[in-house]
Order: sequence, then C-alpha cells, then structure tokens
Amino acid sequence: MAAPLTTAAEIALAAQKNSARRHQLLSLPSIIIITLFGVAPLLVILVYSFLKAAPYGGVEWKFSTDAYLSFLFQRDIFDDTLQFNPDFLLIYLRSIIFAILTTVICLLIGFPTAYFMATRPPEQRSWWVLLITIPFWSNLLVRTLAIMFIIRDNGVINTVLLSWGIIDKPITMLYTNFAIVLGLLYSYLPFMILPLYSSLEKLDFRLVEAGFDLYANKRQVLWRIIIPMAKPGIIAGCLLVLIPAIGAYVTPLILGGGLHLMIGDLIAQQFGSGRNWPLGAAQALILMAAVMVALFFYVRNTTGKMHHD
Amino acid sequence: MADTKVAIAALGVSKVFKGTGQVAVAALDNVSLTINQNEFFTLLGPSGCGKTTLLRLIAGFEFPTDGQILLYGEDIALLPAYKRPVNTVFQNYALFPHMTVAQNIGFGLEMLGQTKSQIEARVAEMLKLVRMEELRDRRTSQISGGQQQRVALARALAPKPKVLLLDEPLSALDYKLRKDMQIELKRLQLETGITFIFVTHDQEEALTMSDRIAVMSKGKVLQIGSPHDIYDRPAERFVANFIGETNFLNGQVKSMVKGKPQVKLDAGPLIAAEAPEGQKPSGQVTVVLRPEHATLVDAGKGQMKGIIDNIVYFGTDTHFHVKLADGSLFMARQQNSGIRVAVRKPGDKVDIKIADKTARILKD
Repeated sequence: MAAPLTTAAEIALAAQKNSARRHQLLSLPSIIIITLFGVAPLLVILVYSFLKAAPYGGVEWKFSTDAYLSFLFQRDIFDDTLQFNPDFLLIYLRSIIFAILTTVICLLIGFPTAYFMATRPPEQRSWWVLLITIPFWSNLLVRTLAIMFIIRDNGVINTVLLSWGIIDKPITMLYTNFAIVLGLLYSYLPFMILPLYSSLEKLDFRLVEAGFDLYANKRQVLWRIIIPMAKPGIIAGCLLVLIPAIGAYVTPLILGGGLHLMIGDLIAQQFGSGRNWPLGAAQALILMAAVMVALFFYVRNTTGKMHHD
Repeated sequence: MADTKVAIAALGVSKVFKGTGQVAVAALDNVSLTINQNEFFTLLGPSGCGKTTLLRLIAGFEFPTDGQILLYGEDIALLPAYKRPVNTVFQNYALFPHMTVAQNIGFGLEMLGQTKSQIEARVAEMLKLVRMEELRDRRTSQISGGQQQRVALARALAPKPKVLLLDEPLSALDYKLRKDMQIELKRLQLETGITFIFVTHDQEEALTMSDRIAVMSKGKVLQIGSPHDIYDRPAERFVANFIGETNFLNGQVKSMVKGKPQVKLDAGPLIAAEAPEGQKPSGQVTVVLRPEHATLVDAGKGQMKGIIDNIVYFGTDTHFHVKLADGSLFMARQQNSGIRVAVRKPGDKVDIKIADKTARILKD
C-alpha cells in the first residue's frame, strides 16, 4: 500500500522541481549578463589590484601588495621607508561627506515634494511623476554643463545679480565644493523623490485623520505616523542617492574643475594619466568594501530593532 | 427629562462640497438636531445622505459651510480635530500598523501628555474592558477583524472622550460577529456612560441599539425619534419605506369619527386610520400598514379582498404577496408557529384583516 503513495509524492515532488527549474531558466538571461559583465570584471579588478604596475599603463604579472600599501603610505624616494600619507583617505572622506550632505539635502527637499505629489488627485499624479523624470531624457553630461553655464562667473545668476546691483563683483560658484554638491543634488534628487513618492502614495490618509482625532498635532502626526509609514521609501531613496553619489565621476570632474577630487575622479586618474592600474583597482575595491561593510551593519541594526519592537 | 444635558447640538449646519466640474454639491442642508448626554444616537440613511459628513463635521475632519456645532454649549465648528474632546471609531478601524495593540490604545493618551504610568494603567483598563488582555503586544496586522474592531473601540475610548463617534464600525464584519458586536457596543455604552453617535445605513442595527434615531436623506434630517416612534409612526414616505417593509395604500378621507379619519381605500374597504400628529387630513391620502399588522383570513372574514400572488418562506415567518382589487400588490407577514394551520397556495381567494390602530396616514 505504501509503494504507490510514495510514488505519488515523488511525482509531485518531481513536478515541483521541474517547475522550479523552469523558473530558474527564466532568470538565466539576467544571470548570464550579471556574471559576464558584473562578476567577471570584478574578478579582473581583484586580480589586477594584487599585481605590479607596468610603467606605461597595464600590469606586470608579478604578485605585489604595493597598490594597497600606497593607498595609505608613501615610499620615500631616498631611504625606501614607508611614510603615512593621508591624501587618498582625505579624498575618500570628502567624497563620503559630500555624498551624505547630498543625501540629507535630497531628503529634506524630496520629502515635501513627494508628499505634495502623493496628495494630488489620482489623475494628476502621473503627470507629476512624468515631470520628475523629464531630466532623465537628456544626457547627464549635457545637464551638468548646463549647470556650469548657470553658475559660472559670467553665468545667468551672476549676470542677473550684477545687473540688479545686488552684488558688485561676481560670486565664485563654479569649481567650488558648493558646485559639486549642487551638481550631485541636481543629478540624484529624482532618485530620492520617486521611492518616497511610491511609499507616500500608498499611505492610508485615514491614519492621518486617526492621528488628528487622537490629539496629535501636525508635527506629531508627521513624526509619529507619516514618517514611520514612509520608512521603506526613505531607506530606498537614501541608498539610491548615497551609493552612486559617493562614486560620482562626471559631476565633480566638471563642476569641481579637477580641483576638488572625489573618489570617482581619483580612480579614473589611476587608469588614465596616473598609469597605475593596480592602484586604481585597489581604490575601487576599497570603496566597494567600505560601502558593503556600512550596509551590512545598517541592515543588521535595523532588522535587530524590528525583532525587538 | 429636565436634568438631561445636551451633549451635541447642530444648529442650521450646511456643508457644500465643490465638485470636480465646479458643481457645488450640498452634502448637508440646514441640519439641526440635539443629542443628549449618555445617549446612543444613530444617524441612519442610505449612502450619500450626509450622515458621514455630519459625523466628520463633529469630529473636525471637515468644517461646515454654515451653521454652528455646539459641544456642551461651546461652539467647536472651526476647532481642529486634535483640539476636540471627541474620538472616532473609523469604518476600517484605521489602526496604526507600525504599533502594537497597546501602543495603539495608548496613542491618544500619549499625545495628551499623560505620564507613562498613567498611560499604562489606562491601557490595561481598556484592554480589560474590550477583553483583549492577552493580545496587548501583538501587531495590529496579526489580529482578526473582530479583534481590530475592539482595539479601535478601546483606542477611541481610552482618552475618555465627551462624545464617541462611530462611522459604520460594524460594516466590515460578518453577520454573526456583527450581532455580537452590537450587544458589545451597547454594553460598552452603558458601562462607560459616554454619549455615542453611531452612523449606519443598516436599519436593523439602528433599531436594536439606539436610544434615538435621526433618519436622513439627501442632506436633510427627515425624522428624529425613538426606534418605536420611527418604526410605528413614520412621518414621511421615505422613512416608512427605508425602515422595515411597508404597504402603501391610496385612499380618500370620507369622514371623521371621534376625531379619527375614515379612509375609503382604492382597494375597496373603508377603514379607520391614525392621523399624523397635529394634522387633520382630508381628500386624497396615503395609508401605511406594516406587513406584520395584517393577517390573512379565509374569504369573507376580513376587511379587504385579494388573491394570493406569491408565497415566500423565510424560516421564522412567511411573506404572502396578495393582489388587491385595485390591482396593487399587498404584503402580509405571518409568523410560522410550527403548526401548519391552513395551507394556502397562489391563486387562493383570501381576505386581509387589519389590526386595530395600525393603519396610519402619511404626512404629505
């Protein structure tokens, strides 16, 4: 009696396995693309970072940890001793500070915007989403150059302010830290607004009414009800802005004029004029590792909190 | 009744909503009513009659276009919701999903600035009142619909509101649970002594729970009275039709006997009918008669002749649809006693006997 039953169960199991295999097949194209163009280059970078730099770019196939050492230390030309050199660290620090600053400002500007969009009548909302995505229709380089034209010494802002007599000499904005953050802000603001909007749009506004009904004023309703409910959108938006902003390349290069290096420019330099491919590879890996460690701690902290609540 | 205090008074309240096509829609049209302290007061009407709008005006989610809303004599019409000592049980409960049951119940107290120990004590008291002690640390998504309903009630009662507003709170529950909650609500109202204002479109719910009912239609209050008044003495055709089932009979007032109008019905007989309060009807009138006040008897033994058109069996009772002499259909309801008295079938000639003092003339 037991034999046919087992067979039936086995058939069911086999069918299940079969359908699981078919689902795996569906994801095959993306797996191939990610492996070929994501994982493989990463492995190349990892290998290169442990090789010796060839004098005219490229690598010599000799194992070396020079790239990692030169990230923190400088080899003295005369006595060959290692001296601590914080130049690269400072650039990393600056990039991280700029990225955090950009993220915070994006959140402060983006939240009211997303809230405004989410509280429009439903038929108007898709128009607002469309407006937010319009900047994506033109190239980032073009948009960044446009900012340059607006903020340079004889740009739109300075011309207007001068002609109105508010200032008597142009305010220098281009090639400053301000210009870099402004550019980052402009480039990444939609990445903040869209996830915020999608979580605020799902917010049940009867909960807001319930908050008012239970004696919460506007500020309390915002902090105790709206923000906790929008938390997934806030987290997604912050990650979507912070991570690309740390590694931004075009914006700091153009608006910072190469005077205020950020990580992206630094890495690009090693592969270009610096002709030190292993160092560039090491720098890229260090950035990746730093982001991953930060994310790891973040995820562990928040999930831990959720269990305790 | 001299010592009953008025909890809520609406004086000439109107609310006009601007429609999408710039068409103004009057949701409430010059509504006036008073609700007494400790009363279970129901706003009853079909959807779109303005009952929920009136409730939202009292809660402070909307502000009236015109008129006054008094809470114990103080005009609160323009006060924001968080400054009114009034709490609401929402139709879909609107519990905060990111908080536990206890945090939900304590939210209002926290916002009022009570201390931790005060909040804890009151929350425990509320959990006990709605019999939910063991679920205090659950998330609101982890409890059933009936339990969510109880949490919503406890949350609204916790700050000891002067008036509790209930916006169709039972409509999402299934039939059996709804019956239980009706009894539960009545118990809570008696135990807490708080004035309840209950909005529903369910006439049965209104009749079983309320001290007084206001029947609304198209932004106006048509009749206010006890369930008895509303059911037995409907003032208007809409009220008679909306609450329970009714037969409308046309007729002519022929004479007055001892102050009672004698109506010659189009369907044949001359019957005595009750006049609406303070009116002397004459000429063409409409008489209403509840189906349970009419009895089917053998032909020749009652007042009104008819032929059975259809019989519908309901378990507790049976509905007989009878075709009258003027061609109109009349419904009589007979309770099923378990003994089959006279077996009637469609096509049988019968008479209808009308119970004394049950036929009433509508105010027109």
